[in-house]
Amino acid sequence: MAATLKLEIVTPEAKIYSEDVDMVTLPGIEGEMGIYPMHISLMTQIAHGEIVAKKGGVDHYLATGEGFVEITGDRVAILTDMAIKADDIDEQKAEEARKKAEARLAEKLTDEETATVQAALLHSLTQLNVKRRNRR
Amino acid sequence: MPSTRDIRRRIKSVKNTAQITKAMQMVASAKMRRAQQAALAGRPYATLMNEVLAAATAGAGEFTHPLMEKRAVVKKRALILITTDKGLCGALNTNLLREAAKWDKDTTVFICAGKKGAQWAGRLKRELAAEFTYKDTPQFAEARAISKFAQDLFLSGQVDVVDVVYTNFINTLVQKPEQRQLLPLGEIKALEAGLEGESQGEKLGEATREYLFEPVAATVLGNLLPHYLNYQVFQFLQEAKASEQSARMVAMKNATDNAKQIIKDLTLEYNKLRQANITKELLEITTAQMAMGN
Repeated sequence: MAATLKLEIVTPEAKIYSEDVDMVTLPGIEGEMGIYPMHISLMTQIAHGEIVAKKGGVDHYLATGEGFVEITGDRVAILTDMAIKADDIDEQKAEEARKKAEARLAEKLTDEETATVQAALLHSLTQLNVKRRNRR
Repeated sequence: MPSTRDIRRRIKSVKNTAQITKAMQMVASAKMRRAQQAALAGRPYATLMNEVLAAATAGAGEFTHPLMEKRAVVKKRALILITTDKGLCGALNTNLLREAAKWDKDTTVFICAGKKGAQWAGRLKRELAAEFTYKDTPQFAEARAISKFAQDLFLSGQVDVVDVVYTNFINTLVQKPEQRQLLPLGEIKALEAGLEGESQGEKLGEATREYLFEPVAATVLGNLLPHYLNYQVFQFLQEAKASEQSARMVAMKNATDNAKQIIKDLTLEYNKLRQANITKELLEITTAQMAMGN
Protein backbone atom coordinates (compact mmCIF):
# COMPACT_ATOMS: atom_id res chain seq x y z
CA MET A 1 0.00 0.00 0.00
CA ALA A 2 1.29 3.31 -0.94
CA ALA A 3 1.64 5.50 2.10
CA THR A 4 2.66 8.55 0.13
CA LEU A 5 1.73 10.28 -3.07
CA LYS A 6 4.23 11.35 -5.63
CA LEU A 7 3.30 14.92 -6.42
CA GLU A 8 4.64 16.21 -9.68
CA ILE A 9 3.98 19.73 -10.89
CA VAL A 10 5.33 20.76 -14.26
CA THR A 11 4.95 23.91 -16.30
CA PRO A 12 6.14 24.49 -19.86
CA GLU A 13 9.22 26.18 -18.42
CA ALA A 14 10.34 23.67 -15.86
CA LYS A 15 9.54 20.95 -13.39
CA ILE A 16 8.50 22.91 -10.34
CA TYR A 17 7.85 20.26 -7.77
CA SER A 18 8.49 16.56 -7.53
CA GLU A 19 8.28 15.05 -4.09
CA ASP A 20 6.56 12.39 -2.06
CA VAL A 21 3.81 13.92 0.03
CA ASP A 22 1.17 12.66 2.44
CA MET A 23 -1.75 14.62 1.07
CA VAL A 24 -2.55 17.22 -1.56
CA THR A 25 -5.29 19.80 -1.72
CA LEU A 26 -6.13 21.03 -5.20
CA PRO A 27 -8.25 23.90 -6.48
CA GLY A 28 -10.48 21.85 -8.78
CA ILE A 29 -12.77 23.68 -11.18
CA GLU A 30 -15.75 22.45 -9.23
CA GLY A 31 -14.35 23.19 -5.84
CA GLU A 32 -11.43 22.28 -3.69
CA MET A 33 -10.50 18.66 -3.36
CA GLY A 34 -8.18 16.76 -1.11
CA ILE A 35 -6.31 13.79 -2.44
CA TYR A 36 -4.95 11.04 -0.21
CA PRO A 37 -2.89 8.04 -1.29
CA MET A 38 -4.88 5.20 -2.87
CA HIS A 39 -7.25 7.64 -4.46
CA ILE A 40 -9.19 6.26 -7.40
CA SER A 41 -7.76 7.11 -10.82
CA LEU A 42 -9.13 10.48 -11.73
CA MET A 43 -8.63 13.02 -14.45
CA THR A 44 -9.72 16.56 -13.85
CA GLN A 45 -8.97 20.21 -14.36
CA ILE A 46 -7.81 22.79 -11.88
CA ALA A 47 -8.46 26.50 -11.76
CA HIS A 48 -6.33 29.35 -10.48
CA GLY A 49 -5.70 28.86 -6.84
CA GLU A 50 -3.62 27.27 -4.19
CA ILE A 51 -2.13 23.82 -3.97
CA VAL A 52 -1.37 22.59 -0.49
CA ALA A 53 1.01 19.71 -0.17
CA LYS A 54 1.17 18.13 3.26
CA LYS A 55 4.43 16.46 3.98
CA GLY A 56 5.47 15.21 7.38
CA GLY A 57 3.03 17.51 9.16
CA VAL A 58 4.23 20.60 7.33
CA ASP A 59 2.12 22.33 4.72
CA HIS A 60 3.73 23.57 1.54
CA TYR A 61 1.81 26.15 -0.40
CA LEU A 62 1.99 26.76 -4.12
CA ALA A 63 0.18 29.23 -6.32
CA THR A 64 -1.03 27.66 -9.52
CA GLY A 65 -2.70 28.56 -12.78
CA GLU A 66 -5.17 26.63 -14.87
CA GLY A 67 -4.25 23.14 -15.78
CA PHE A 68 -4.94 19.45 -15.81
CA VAL A 69 -4.46 16.82 -13.16
CA GLU A 70 -3.97 13.14 -13.49
CA ILE A 71 -4.46 11.21 -10.29
CA THR A 72 -3.59 7.58 -9.82
CA GLY A 73 -3.30 5.66 -6.58
CA ASP A 74 0.27 6.69 -5.93
CA ARG A 75 0.80 9.73 -8.07
CA VAL A 76 -0.62 13.18 -8.68
CA ALA A 77 0.61 14.74 -11.90
CA ILE A 78 -0.27 18.36 -12.46
CA LEU A 79 0.17 20.14 -15.77
CA THR A 80 -0.27 23.84 -15.43
CA ASP A 81 0.81 27.06 -17.07
CA MET A 82 2.03 28.51 -13.78
CA ALA A 83 3.19 27.16 -10.46
CA ILE A 84 5.17 29.04 -7.87
CA LYS A 85 6.06 28.07 -4.34
CA ALA A 86 4.65 30.51 -1.83
CA ASP A 87 8.11 31.31 -0.52
CA ASP A 88 9.30 32.22 -4.00
CA ILE A 89 6.51 34.66 -4.74
CA ASP A 90 7.75 38.18 -5.02
CA GLU A 91 4.86 40.20 -3.71
CA GLN A 92 6.03 43.46 -5.18
CA LYS A 93 6.52 41.99 -8.60
CA ALA A 94 3.14 40.31 -8.52
CA GLU A 95 1.52 43.56 -7.46
CA GLU A 96 3.22 45.39 -10.32
CA ALA A 97 2.16 42.73 -12.78
CA ARG A 98 -1.39 43.04 -11.50
CA LYS A 99 -1.43 46.80 -11.98
CA LYS A 100 0.07 46.50 -15.43
CA ALA A 101 -2.46 43.89 -16.49
CA GLU A 102 -5.32 45.98 -15.14
CA ALA A 103 -4.05 49.01 -17.04
CA ARG A 104 -3.83 47.00 -20.24
CA LEU A 105 -7.34 45.71 -19.80
CA ALA A 106 -8.61 49.28 -19.83
CA GLU A 107 -7.19 49.73 -23.33
CA LYS A 108 -8.86 48.54 -26.45
CA LEU A 109 -7.73 45.03 -27.21
CA THR A 110 -8.55 42.22 -29.55
CA ASP A 111 -10.15 39.11 -28.09
CA GLU A 112 -6.91 37.22 -28.23
CA GLU A 113 -5.04 39.95 -26.37
CA THR A 114 -7.76 40.30 -23.79
CA ALA A 115 -7.54 36.61 -23.04
CA THR A 116 -3.77 36.84 -22.62
CA VAL A 117 -3.96 39.84 -20.34
CA GLN A 118 -6.73 38.36 -18.29
CA ALA A 119 -4.67 35.23 -17.81
CA ALA A 120 -1.74 37.36 -16.68
CA LEU A 121 -4.00 39.24 -14.29
CA LEU A 122 -5.31 36.01 -12.80
CA HIS A 123 -1.76 34.75 -12.40
CA SER A 124 -0.68 37.74 -10.39
CA LEU A 125 -3.87 37.83 -8.35
CA THR A 126 -3.45 34.19 -7.42
CA GLN A 127 0.12 34.77 -6.40
CA LEU A 128 -0.89 37.69 -4.24
CA ASN A 129 -3.71 35.75 -2.62
CA VAL A 130 -1.54 32.80 -1.78
CA LYS A 131 1.22 34.97 -0.45
CA ARG A 132 -1.06 37.08 1.73
CA ARG A 133 -3.00 34.19 3.12
CA ASN A 134 0.21 32.49 4.06
CA ARG A 135 1.49 35.34 6.09
CA ARG A 136 -1.43 35.25 8.44
CA MET B 1 48.24 39.79 -62.83
CA PRO B 2 46.75 41.86 -60.01
CA SER B 3 48.82 44.59 -58.47
CA THR B 4 49.78 44.57 -54.80
CA ARG B 5 47.24 47.26 -54.19
CA ASP B 6 44.44 45.11 -55.61
CA ILE B 7 45.39 42.27 -53.35
CA ARG B 8 45.60 44.53 -50.32
CA ARG B 9 42.14 45.80 -51.06
CA ARG B 10 40.77 42.28 -51.34
CA ILE B 11 42.36 41.22 -48.08
CA LYS B 12 40.72 44.15 -46.37
CA SER B 13 37.29 43.33 -47.73
CA VAL B 14 37.57 39.68 -46.79
CA LYS B 15 38.65 40.73 -43.31
CA ASN B 16 35.51 42.81 -42.99
CA THR B 17 33.37 39.89 -44.04
CA ALA B 18 35.11 37.63 -41.56
CA GLN B 19 34.43 40.13 -38.82
CA ILE B 20 30.74 40.19 -39.60
CA THR B 21 30.38 36.43 -39.85
CA LYS B 22 32.32 36.06 -36.62
CA ALA B 23 29.95 38.44 -34.87
CA MET B 24 26.93 36.61 -36.25
CA GLN B 25 28.40 33.35 -35.06
CA MET B 26 28.75 34.72 -31.54
CA VAL B 27 25.19 36.02 -31.52
CA ALA B 28 23.83 32.78 -32.90
CA SER B 29 25.69 30.68 -30.38
CA ALA B 30 24.38 32.76 -27.49
CA LYS B 31 20.85 32.54 -28.82
CA MET B 32 21.30 28.87 -29.54
CA ARG B 33 22.11 28.11 -25.95
CA ARG B 34 18.98 29.89 -24.83
CA ALA B 35 16.82 28.19 -27.45
CA GLN B 36 18.22 24.79 -26.59
CA GLN B 37 17.60 25.35 -22.91
CA ALA B 38 14.05 26.40 -23.58
CA ALA B 39 13.45 23.36 -25.75
CA LEU B 40 14.93 21.06 -23.11
CA ALA B 41 13.11 22.69 -20.21
CA GLY B 42 9.80 22.07 -21.96
CA ARG B 43 10.41 18.37 -22.29
CA PRO B 44 9.19 17.18 -18.86
CA TYR B 45 5.93 19.01 -19.51
CA ALA B 46 5.61 17.50 -22.96
CA THR B 47 6.39 14.04 -21.62
CA LEU B 48 3.87 14.29 -18.84
CA MET B 49 1.27 15.74 -21.15
CA ASN B 50 1.75 12.83 -23.51
CA GLU B 51 1.36 10.39 -20.68
CA VAL B 52 -1.74 12.07 -19.35
CA LEU B 53 -3.37 12.28 -22.73
CA ALA B 54 -2.50 8.75 -23.71
CA ALA B 55 -3.95 7.52 -20.45
CA ALA B 56 -6.98 9.73 -20.83
CA THR B 57 -7.86 8.68 -24.35
CA ALA B 58 -7.30 5.04 -23.47
CA GLY B 59 -9.31 5.33 -20.26
CA ALA B 60 -12.16 7.32 -21.69
CA GLY B 61 -13.67 4.38 -23.50
CA GLU B 62 -15.94 5.18 -26.41
CA PHE B 63 -15.34 8.87 -26.28
CA THR B 64 -14.53 10.65 -29.51
CA HIS B 65 -13.90 14.30 -30.12
CA PRO B 66 -14.35 16.28 -33.36
CA LEU B 67 -10.60 16.80 -33.43
CA MET B 68 -10.10 13.05 -33.57
CA GLU B 69 -12.49 12.45 -36.46
CA LYS B 70 -10.82 10.57 -39.30
CA ARG B 71 -12.40 11.47 -42.62
CA ALA B 72 -12.73 8.78 -45.23
CA VAL B 73 -11.94 10.97 -48.22
CA VAL B 74 -9.09 13.42 -47.90
CA LYS B 75 -9.88 16.17 -50.34
CA LYS B 76 -7.83 18.99 -48.95
CA ARG B 77 -4.76 19.06 -46.77
CA ALA B 78 -3.16 21.82 -44.79
CA LEU B 79 0.51 22.01 -44.12
CA ILE B 80 2.00 24.05 -41.33
CA LEU B 81 5.42 25.00 -42.57
CA ILE B 82 7.80 26.21 -39.92
CA THR B 83 10.78 27.96 -41.46
CA THR B 84 13.07 30.74 -40.39
CA ASP B 85 12.62 34.45 -40.92
CA LYS B 86 16.14 35.12 -42.08
CA GLY B 87 18.60 33.31 -44.27
CA LEU B 88 22.29 32.73 -43.60
CA CYS B 89 21.69 29.47 -41.85
CA GLY B 90 23.13 26.96 -44.26
CA ALA B 91 20.96 24.41 -45.97
CA LEU B 92 18.30 24.45 -43.26
CA ASN B 93 15.52 26.06 -45.25
CA THR B 94 16.47 24.35 -48.49
CA ASN B 95 16.13 20.95 -46.90
CA LEU B 96 12.92 21.95 -45.24
CA LEU B 97 11.36 23.31 -48.40
CA ARG B 98 12.38 20.28 -50.38
CA GLU B 99 10.32 18.30 -47.90
CA ALA B 100 7.43 20.72 -48.23
CA ALA B 101 7.51 20.52 -52.02
CA LYS B 102 6.34 16.91 -51.78
CA TRP B 103 2.85 18.07 -50.88
CA ASP B 104 0.55 18.27 -53.85
CA LYS B 105 0.14 21.87 -54.91
CA ASP B 106 -3.52 21.64 -55.92
CA THR B 107 -4.91 20.04 -52.80
CA THR B 108 -2.75 21.63 -50.14
CA VAL B 109 -3.08 24.93 -48.39
CA PHE B 110 -0.02 26.25 -46.62
CA ILE B 111 0.11 27.83 -43.22
CA CYS B 112 3.51 29.42 -42.89
CA ALA B 113 5.36 30.33 -39.74
CA GLY B 114 8.43 32.30 -40.70
CA LYS B 115 9.02 34.51 -43.70
CA LYS B 116 11.11 32.09 -45.76
CA GLY B 117 8.26 29.65 -46.08
CA ALA B 118 5.81 32.35 -47.11
CA GLN B 119 8.21 33.64 -49.76
CA TRP B 120 8.65 30.16 -51.08
CA ALA B 121 4.91 29.58 -51.25
CA GLY B 122 4.47 32.84 -53.10
CA ARG B 123 7.22 32.06 -55.56
CA LEU B 124 5.90 28.63 -56.41
CA LYS B 125 2.28 29.78 -56.54
CA ARG B 126 1.13 27.64 -53.67
CA GLU B 127 -2.06 28.38 -51.87
CA LEU B 128 -1.13 30.34 -48.78
CA ALA B 129 -3.80 30.29 -46.09
CA ALA B 130 -2.01 32.35 -43.48
CA GLU B 131 1.35 33.62 -42.48
CA PHE B 132 2.48 33.77 -38.89
CA THR B 133 5.60 35.09 -37.28
CA TYR B 134 7.36 33.95 -34.19
CA LYS B 135 10.03 35.54 -32.09
CA ASP B 136 13.52 34.39 -31.20
CA THR B 137 12.07 32.99 -28.03
CA PRO B 138 8.77 31.51 -29.19
CA GLN B 139 5.82 32.61 -27.09
CA PHE B 140 3.02 30.27 -26.20
CA ALA B 141 0.53 32.81 -27.53
CA GLU B 142 2.16 32.64 -30.96
CA ALA B 143 1.87 28.88 -31.01
CA ARG B 144 -1.73 29.14 -29.86
CA ALA B 145 -2.60 31.44 -32.75
CA ILE B 146 -1.16 29.03 -35.31
CA SER B 147 -2.72 26.00 -33.74
CA LYS B 148 -6.10 27.72 -33.37
CA PHE B 149 -6.08 28.64 -37.03
CA ALA B 150 -5.31 25.07 -38.06
CA GLN B 151 -7.98 23.67 -35.74
CA ASP B 152 -10.56 26.05 -37.16
CA LEU B 153 -9.72 24.99 -40.70
CA PHE B 154 -10.04 21.39 -39.70
CA LEU B 155 -13.24 21.71 -37.70
CA SER B 156 -14.99 23.75 -40.36
CA GLY B 157 -14.24 20.99 -42.85
CA GLN B 158 -12.10 23.10 -45.13
CA VAL B 159 -9.26 20.66 -44.73
CA ASP B 160 -9.32 17.02 -43.75
CA VAL B 161 -5.74 16.56 -42.60
CA VAL B 162 -3.25 18.94 -41.04
CA ASP B 163 0.44 18.14 -41.23
CA VAL B 164 3.45 19.95 -39.89
CA VAL B 165 6.88 20.23 -41.46
CA TYR B 166 9.56 21.57 -39.16
CA THR B 167 13.21 21.08 -38.36
CA ASN B 168 13.81 18.73 -35.49
CA PHE B 169 16.72 19.66 -33.31
CA ILE B 170 18.91 16.63 -32.76
CA ASN B 171 22.15 18.27 -31.78
CA THR B 172 24.18 21.31 -32.68
CA LEU B 173 25.47 19.76 -35.86
CA VAL B 174 22.47 17.75 -36.93
CA GLN B 175 19.01 19.11 -37.61
CA LYS B 176 16.55 17.05 -39.53
CA PRO B 177 13.50 18.24 -41.42
CA GLU B 178 10.58 16.24 -40.17
CA GLN B 179 6.91 15.93 -40.89
CA ARG B 180 4.21 15.06 -38.44
CA GLN B 181 0.49 14.75 -38.65
CA LEU B 182 -1.22 17.16 -36.30
CA LEU B 183 -4.87 16.52 -37.11
CA PRO B 184 -6.90 14.40 -36.88
CA LEU B 185 -5.51 13.30 -33.57
CA GLY B 186 -4.76 9.65 -33.79
CA GLU B 187 -2.74 7.72 -31.32
CA ILE B 188 -0.79 9.89 -29.00
CA LYS B 189 2.79 9.32 -29.85
CA ALA B 190 5.91 10.43 -28.08
CA LEU B 191 6.72 13.97 -29.06
CA GLU B 192 10.45 13.68 -28.77
CA ALA B 193 12.26 11.48 -31.17
CA GLY B 194 15.74 10.86 -29.92
CA LEU B 195 16.41 11.36 -26.26
CA GLU B 196 13.44 9.72 -24.61
CA GLY B 197 11.64 8.43 -27.64
CA GLU B 198 11.95 4.71 -27.28
CA SER B 199 11.39 4.27 -23.59
CA GLN B 200 8.38 6.54 -23.80
CA GLY B 201 6.84 4.63 -26.65
CA GLU B 202 6.70 1.53 -24.52
CA LYS B 203 5.37 3.24 -21.49
CA LEU B 204 2.48 4.82 -23.36
CA GLY B 205 1.38 1.48 -24.73
CA GLU B 206 0.55 -0.08 -21.41
CA ALA B 207 -1.49 2.77 -20.01
CA THR B 208 -4.90 1.17 -19.98
CA ARG B 209 -6.12 2.21 -16.57
CA GLU B 210 -9.77 3.15 -16.27
CA TYR B 211 -10.16 6.75 -15.31
CA LEU B 212 -12.82 8.65 -13.56
CA PHE B 213 -13.43 12.06 -15.05
CA GLU B 214 -14.53 15.11 -13.24
CA PRO B 215 -16.79 16.78 -14.23
CA VAL B 216 -17.20 14.57 -17.34
CA ALA B 217 -14.85 13.08 -19.90
CA ALA B 218 -16.15 15.28 -22.68
CA THR B 219 -15.34 18.49 -20.85
CA VAL B 220 -11.93 17.48 -19.63
CA LEU B 221 -10.81 16.01 -22.93
CA GLY B 222 -12.49 18.82 -24.80
CA ASN B 223 -10.19 21.20 -22.99
CA LEU B 224 -7.17 18.98 -22.92
CA LEU B 225 -7.04 18.15 -26.63
CA PRO B 226 -6.83 21.71 -27.97
CA HIS B 227 -4.33 22.52 -25.26
CA TYR B 228 -2.29 19.51 -26.26
CA LEU B 229 -2.26 20.69 -29.88
CA ASN B 230 -1.28 24.20 -28.89
CA TYR B 231 1.51 22.88 -26.82
CA GLN B 232 2.68 20.59 -29.57
CA VAL B 233 2.91 23.49 -31.99
CA PHE B 234 4.76 25.42 -29.31
CA GLN B 235 7.24 22.59 -28.99
CA PHE B 236 7.66 22.51 -32.77
CA LEU B 237 8.43 26.21 -32.77
CA GLN B 238 11.01 25.78 -30.07
CA GLU B 239 12.66 22.91 -31.86
CA ALA B 240 12.69 24.91 -35.07
CA LYS B 241 14.23 27.87 -33.32
CA ALA B 242 16.93 25.81 -31.67
CA SER B 243 17.69 24.24 -35.06
CA GLU B 244 17.82 27.60 -36.77
CA GLN B 245 20.26 29.08 -34.31
CA SER B 246 22.55 26.07 -34.36
CA ALA B 247 22.46 25.89 -38.15
CA ARG B 248 23.28 29.56 -38.31
CA MET B 249 26.11 29.22 -35.88
CA VAL B 250 27.64 26.36 -37.84
CA ALA B 251 27.17 28.15 -41.16
CA MET B 252 28.78 31.29 -39.80
CA LYS B 253 31.62 29.35 -38.29
CA ASN B 254 32.30 27.81 -41.69
CA ALA B 255 32.13 31.21 -43.31
CA THR B 256 34.58 32.64 -40.81
CA ASP B 257 36.97 29.74 -41.33
CA ASN B 258 36.76 30.11 -45.08
CA ALA B 259 37.38 33.82 -44.87
CA LYS B 260 40.43 33.21 -42.72
CA GLN B 261 41.74 30.70 -45.24
CA ILE B 262 41.27 33.18 -48.07
CA ILE B 263 43.06 35.87 -46.07
CA LYS B 264 45.94 33.47 -45.54
CA ASP B 265 46.16 32.59 -49.22
CA LEU B 266 45.89 36.20 -50.29
CA THR B 267 48.55 37.29 -47.82
CA LEU B 268 50.89 34.67 -49.20
CA GLU B 269 50.24 35.84 -52.72
CA TYR B 270 50.67 39.43 -51.67
CA ASN B 271 54.04 38.75 -50.08
CA LYS B 272 55.22 36.79 -53.09
CA LEU B 273 54.24 39.62 -55.36
CA ARG B 274 55.86 42.18 -53.10
CA GLN B 275 59.08 40.23 -53.06
CA ALA B 276 58.97 39.77 -56.81
CA ASN B 277 58.55 43.51 -57.17
CA ILE B 278 61.51 44.25 -54.93
CA THR B 279 63.66 41.78 -56.80
CA LYS B 280 62.58 43.28 -60.06
CA GLU B 281 63.42 46.77 -58.88
CA LEU B 282 66.81 45.68 -57.60
CA LEU B 283 67.49 44.03 -60.91
CA GLU B 284 66.57 47.19 -62.72
CA ILE B 285 68.83 49.31 -60.53
CA THR B 286 71.82 47.00 -60.91
CA THR B 287 71.29 46.72 -64.64
CA ALA B 288 71.13 50.51 -64.90
CA GLN B 289 74.26 50.85 -62.79
CA MET B 290 76.12 48.35 -64.87
CA ALA B 291 75.04 50.14 -68.01
CA MET B 292 76.24 53.47 -66.53
CA GLY B 293 79.56 51.96 -65.36
CA ASN B 294 80.39 50.73 -68.81
